[in-house]
Amino acid sequence: MLEHYLGLFLTAAFIENLALAFFLGMCSFLAVSKKVDTAVGLGSAVVFVLAMTVPMNNFIFNYLLRQGALDWISENMGGFDLTFLGFLAYIGTIAAMVQIVEMTLDRYFPALHASLGIFLPLIAVNCAILGASLFMVERDYTFGESVVYGLGSGFGWALAIVALASIRERMRYSDVPEGLRGLGMAFILTGLLAIGFMAFGGIQL
Amino acid sequence: MRFLRKILDDQEKKFTNGGPLERFYALFEAQDTFLFTPGETTRTTSHVRDAIDMKRLMSTVVVALLGCVYMAMYNTGYQANLAISRGAAALDNWQTTAFQSLGFAFDPSDLLACIVHGALYYLPVLIVTLAVGGAWEALFAIVRGHEINEGFLVTWMLFPLVLPPAIPLWQVALGISFGVVIGKEIFGGTGKNIFNPALMSRAFLFFAYPVFISGDRVWIAAQTTTDGVSGATWLARAAEGGQAVFEPGISWWDAFMGYMPGSMGETSALACLVGAAVLLITGIGSWRVMTGVVLGSVVMSMVLNAVGSTTNPFFDVPFYWHFVLGGWAFGAVFMATDPVSSAHTNTGRWIYGFLIGVFAIIIRVVNPAYPEGMMLAILLMNVFAATIDYYVVRANIKRRSARYAT
Repeated sequence: MLEHYLGLFLTAAFIENLALAFFLGMCSFLAVSKKVDTAVGLGSAVVFVLAMTVPMNNFIFNYLLRQGALDWISENMGGFDLTFLGFLAYIGTIAAMVQIVEMTLDRYFPALHASLGIFLPLIAVNCAILGASLFMVERDYTFGESVVYGLGSGFGWALAIVALASIRERMRYSDVPEGLRGLGMAFILTGLLAIGFMAFGGIQL
Repeated sequence: MRFLRKILDDQEKKFTNGGPLERFYALFEAQDTFLFTPGETTRTTSHVRDAIDMKRLMSTVVVALLGCVYMAMYNTGYQANLAISRGAAALDNWQTTAFQSLGFAFDPSDLLACIVHGALYYLPVLIVTLAVGGAWEALFAIVRGHEINEGFLVTWMLFPLVLPPAIPLWQVALGISFGVVIGKEIFGGTGKNIFNPALMSRAFLFFAYPVFISGDRVWIAAQTTTDGVSGATWLARAAEGGQAVFEPGISWWDAFMGYMPGSMGETSALACLVGAAVLLITGIGSWRVMTGVVLGSVVMSMVLNAVGSTTNPFFDVPFYWHFVLGGWAFGAVFMATDPVSSAHTNTGRWIYGFLIGVFAIIIRVVNPAYPEGMMLAILLMNVFAATIDYYVVRANIKRRSARYAT
């Protein structure tokens, strides 16, 4: 059992890295990767939000939305299939969760809150977060698996953004052609990083 | 010598300020510094540590590579001649025609025939690499106004050595273009890149045209599939059958010497060892990275030996076989130690090297998609080299401020 969870964690973090294998969450990935400190902050916020929202959405999916999920209320509600409400329910959970994170950071880490700026509320619409919940539904994870998957995919995304940010910090010494400075180079770097991560492609755990 | 100097001096005024060829100063400067030691001194704040400069550093790496170059020619020809003498058909191309019209026979015991046959495959790849890579380098130098740097020599030496013998030349051109332009020049040139340009070139070809750079058919310059002569590398065979395939197939000693199919210049662990000695004695290659790679590979293969697997016999292959198969030795000595794309701090180099060793073995053994993991492991650690450095520097700052606080 432990082996299964470990395999799931490593798969989510490395082999199916949300940023570098699925290219999800690119907006904040490209925009908040100029400094390592900020990237670590955003990365940990994403880990936290993913680790909370994926299990919560798993709970909602299994006990409210899927066909037969409402059995626990009364038997004649067992036929209801509310999966069409999925997007709405998941994004609602995520938005609420992000609000809580934002208030916590604002109260206890004002410097980090200021440096993340607009990208913190934008986590709510970060496709990596919603993507992880949808993958969870599609792959029919149990509650335990969804906790591990949320942690693993968040860790992978955070690792990728920290790697990109430290490369971009090192590139202060580079002499990039004018037209490519900033975002252009970040796009190319993301591609090159993805080539590096292709080392894991094909591993079955 | 004085004659050469005079020619260069006469030409110089055409290239300097106001001359008709001012735009092409980089081309003149490259000739000048290649032949003579330039008299210029640095214009910004200097930070001189010793007498070594980029030119001497890069030339030393080229010298260290000569053993591999020799094996690239000898072993490529030897493998082709061996396969043909055992019944495989010769490839239907100009190399075979040229080889036969020179009056050689496909005889694996004839040293000269092997070298000539191998050179017919190795030299065209080298020439295409030099021509195409050089053209890009010169173009960027002229347009962006920087100098053509000796760093190109190393990339151009390394890239042909990690290619299979019968690779189409247009792919060589495409690969080196990607490596030089995307891997290096858009970062600003030598010393400013993040990824090793030679490895980037190879990875590009590996993912774009896998048929020509992986599998069983490309490693020997002969038609191995038709006649029951296997052209698979021993690494690929070990991935299938584990340690058992080496008996009676190949002795460890032959694998160490490099008498086996593979990429042109990377089969010989002995040649790489000689190169490593040159790099370490001159202090150009980092001994920390090399030791780290060795340690990482030993630890990881012992862990996998101990874990074992019922379905994957590759788990049982001991580390001393990993060292002599595939591109492990070449990668550890020449690719991982690239001072630009590796970690820059000493502690960082240990971590960087160790993780390369670990990941190379993991990818080899655990990943069924790629039998060879060295190239991908080094590229992966290129991604994280900057992160490692960042945290090593951070830890250092923290330790020191703790020491001097109060």
